[in-house]
Amino acid sequence: MHSEIEGIGLYIHVPFCKSKCRYCDFNSFSGRDQLIPAYFNAVAKELVQYGDKLRGLRVDTVFIGGGTPSFVDPAYIYELMELCVKTFEICRNAEITIEANPGTLSVEKLTLYRQAGINRLSMGLQAYQKNLLGLMGRIHTAEDFISNFKDARKAGFENINADLIFGLPGQTLKDWEETIEGALRWEPEHLSCYSLKIEDGTVFGQMLDRGELCPADDEQDREMYYLAIKRLGQAGLRHYEISNFARPGYECRHNIKYWRTCRYIGVGPGAHSYFDGKRYGNICDIENYIKCIDNGQNTAENIEHIYKKDEISEFVILGLRLTQGIDISEFRQRFGREIFDIYGMQIKELTEKGLLECMGSRLALSSKGLDLANSVFVELIR
Amino acid sequence: MASERQKNIRNFCIIAHIDHGKSTLADRLLEKTGVLTAREMEEQVLDNMDIERERGITIKSQPVRMIYKACDGQEYIYNLIDTPGHVDFNYEVSRSIAACEGAILVVDAAQGIEAQTLANVYLALEHNLEIMPVINKIDLPSAQPDHVKKEIEDVIGLFAGDAPMVSAKNGINIEQVLESIVSKIPCPEGEEDAPLRALIFDSYYDSYKGVIVYIRIMEGSVKVGDSIKMMYTGKEFVVTETGYFRPGTLLPHDGLISGDVGYIAASIKNVRDTRVGDTVTLSGNSAKEPLPGYKKVNSMVFCGIYPADGAKYGDLRDALEKLQLNDAALTFEPESSIALGFGFRCGFLGLLHMEIMQERLEREYNLDLVTTAPSVIYRITATDGQVLNIDNPSNLPPVAEIDKMEEPVVKATIMTPIEYVGNIMELSQERRGVYKDMSYIDEGRAILTYEMPLNEIIYDFFDALKSRTKGYASLDYELLGYKESDLVKLDIVLNNEIVDALSFIVHREKAYSRGRRMAEKLKESIHRQQFEIPIQACIGGKIIARETVKAYRKDVLAKCYGGDITRKKKLLEKQKEGKKRMRQVGSVEVPQEAFMSVLKLDT
Repeated sequence: MHSEIEGIGLYIHVPFCKSKCRYCDFNSFSGRDQLIPAYFNAVAKELVQYGDKLRGLRVDTVFIGGGTPSFVDPAYIYELMELCVKTFEICRNAEITIEANPGTLSVEKLTLYRQAGINRLSMGLQAYQKNLLGLMGRIHTAEDFISNFKDARKAGFENINADLIFGLPGQTLKDWEETIEGALRWEPEHLSCYSLKIEDGTVFGQMLDRGELCPADDEQDREMYYLAIKRLGQAGLRHYEISNFARPGYECRHNIKYWRTCRYIGVGPGAHSYFDGKRYGNICDIENYIKCIDNGQNTAENIEHIYKKDEISEFVILGLRLTQGIDISEFRQRFGREIFDIYGMQIKELTEKGLLECMGSRLALSSKGLDLANSVFVELIR
Repeated sequence: MASERQKNIRNFCIIAHIDHGKSTLADRLLEKTGVLTAREMEEQVLDNMDIERERGITIKSQPVRMIYKACDGQEYIYNLIDTPGHVDFNYEVSRSIAACEGAILVVDAAQGIEAQTLANVYLALEHNLEIMPVINKIDLPSAQPDHVKKEIEDVIGLFAGDAPMVSAKNGINIEQVLESIVSKIPCPEGEEDAPLRALIFDSYYDSYKGVIVYIRIMEGSVKVGDSIKMMYTGKEFVVTETGYFRPGTLLPHDGLISGDVGYIAASIKNVRDTRVGDTVTLSGNSAKEPLPGYKKVNSMVFCGIYPADGAKYGDLRDALEKLQLNDAALTFEPESSIALGFGFRCGFLGLLHMEIMQERLEREYNLDLVTTAPSVIYRITATDGQVLNIDNPSNLPPVAEIDKMEEPVVKATIMTPIEYVGNIMELSQERRGVYKDMSYIDEGRAILTYEMPLNEIIYDFFDALKSRTKGYASLDYELLGYKESDLVKLDIVLNNEIVDALSFIVHREKAYSRGRRMAEKLKESIHRQQFEIPIQACIGGKIIARETVKAYRKDVLAKCYGGDITRKKKLLEKQKEGKKRMRQVGSVEVPQEAFMSVLKLDT
């Protein structure tokens, strides 16, 4: 569908966590709970600003991410959603997701989320094994996940995702299989399987520098990836993006907006927005963010102009993350040019190397291309 | 017999080891004689180039003229010729020394005499210079001036009892040095009316005046308008300017007479016409014989220099041409490599000269370079009797056509505290050195003499020597000649293709270990690619070492959501930028660092 007709995506960031996971490089913090009231106050103001600026905006996906949105008092979430409905035109069939961590949920909380209009739950399970959860600095068990998952079903959530991580130090293929099977037993509509990337500035990063971590090698990592694709496929979860799997019809519509270069607005510190040919990145620090909002200053710290040539390369690079790839005729419609006029040589070379595949009017990564996506994107970035 | 005028001239140089305070002492002399006021002084005025200052070495000679009012009430002209201080520039040093009657020997009161100092002292003694020892850094807590004086007497056989004890840094006893020069260093002699004979001891190119030729008038005189002739090159010019030296500048003065140190300009376009060591005479009234000691300096070390960005080839050529205007010892000619594209084979006096030139190209001309391993000139006798001089391993004929191979051999003199003698012997042996002699300077230090192939010295020997002696040993070497040797060409084969830029010539016995190390090092610097890459070291067709860079299996970012796009795009751009800095060798991407990393396998 063309992005102009489609509604806009709304992302709301909740940067608070009970404790910070060792692999996490997101804009999230633990131990700053005293900022929560002022924070939601500021977020409300930013939402209203957007409401004024982009009057009559149709929102068809909302994603409350973090951080751990389920960590804060659900009343904040309820009020936030109330304000969203007042401020924007939220489509009746909008996908509204909240992220949650096992151990921070209850039937009451979940019921309130449902009453707030939230219809999709994304839970961070990550692994089934105590030792691996402990290594990651997670503060829940697989049992917590199971009981919260059941609670969510009880509360009426019919669209649930679980996040899983593979390629963890010390994780065996058997561990990974156990995690996949454990998650599948509860029949989630959606699973995200992320290959661990140890980032600088995280506890894992420091541990790696000190030689305290022995990361999985590429071969092990890929074996786990292939296992996930195979097992989830058998279980009816279609592989639709590099790291994402869903029962048909349950693909995350909000995230697809990112990969199809649709418009979105992001509210909260570190959140990004994309509209009017620009990508805006909000200031990351919570207190500075609150201060900016209170002083009526602009919260966007980074403004990146996305010119046509950037848009073209982003359309291709992000679109190729989807297993169905990009539609050549959509490219023509959107940019008024043939993709082969711009990328003919690269597409030819990448196809010859077995990294890209042309199927009818679509261009997609091959299964080898999924493993080496960056080497493909590097050729397509301009 | 010296004329009255000559009696008040003193021409001298300063001999010192790196860091012993030569330039600092020179600065103090300038300051005390009022050539520069303390306020005008920038630390180490005589070392002009950035590199000279940073490395604490002198590359170009920097003469300067001072006027000193001595205690006897008379004014003396002091010509100080600050000379290069490195084995690579030995010939230049010898010509500067030949332009003087005396030398100030600066010795660090804490460190004593070093190999390089000794070599230059012997050079000065050969030229009958009067040596005046000065003990520097006497204010250091670790100073042992009496010990050092005794060392000077024992090792050089020079009386050092009345040597001035100074601190150049803190300006202590500089007066005594200035006063001693009058009595210790002889004045110049040489007929003022004889046909002109002037020794060229350096030169540089000035874009307005042409080449500025540094000379010491040994006999006769020269003035503006004279027709002059270079006795060895035969080139003739008309003098447009003569004069004296001021720090960093020239002081025009018409007419130079026997005993003077100064410069001439004569619209000379190329430093090649004014070879160091040549004799300047008058065209009409020529001297019968040139001054002794002229030698055409030849490059001893060669390497390929390539622009990192192929499009900068023209810039590199222009830069080399400009550097060559000032440096007759730098040679270059175009060459091409399959791996590196178009570049130049450059010849240098030695390793330091090579490093300095590379650094100047990168710094002053803003060029990003890839250089190949340094090579010496090998002498090859072909089976048909033809003799070839090979400075690029790629040009080596096939083994079947080679009758005999010879390599240059040097006499290496290493001075060291005795506790490192064992380490040095071990190192020298590893580098195919043949032990010749060992003598003791005193109870603490020894001089080791080895005969050693030059290709072992240019190959990080100096670094290894420093690291195995905690920096205490010093090295000097001179070319002895050529010697037959069992040499082979080692090729590196990457994904079944020879990388010509990595080939080098090595002794057969060392080929295996060198080949293995090189393959290992390359494995470290070549990143995983989409296919498996075999790295082989080969002699002829025979593989002597093999490593494999495994194909990568994974190059993907697991997460890319709204907040990630900008950041992840930057990562991809960086990855792309990194690819640009890669050299494509066949289908393999080789980072430029890989070409450099194999130059230093020991570290």
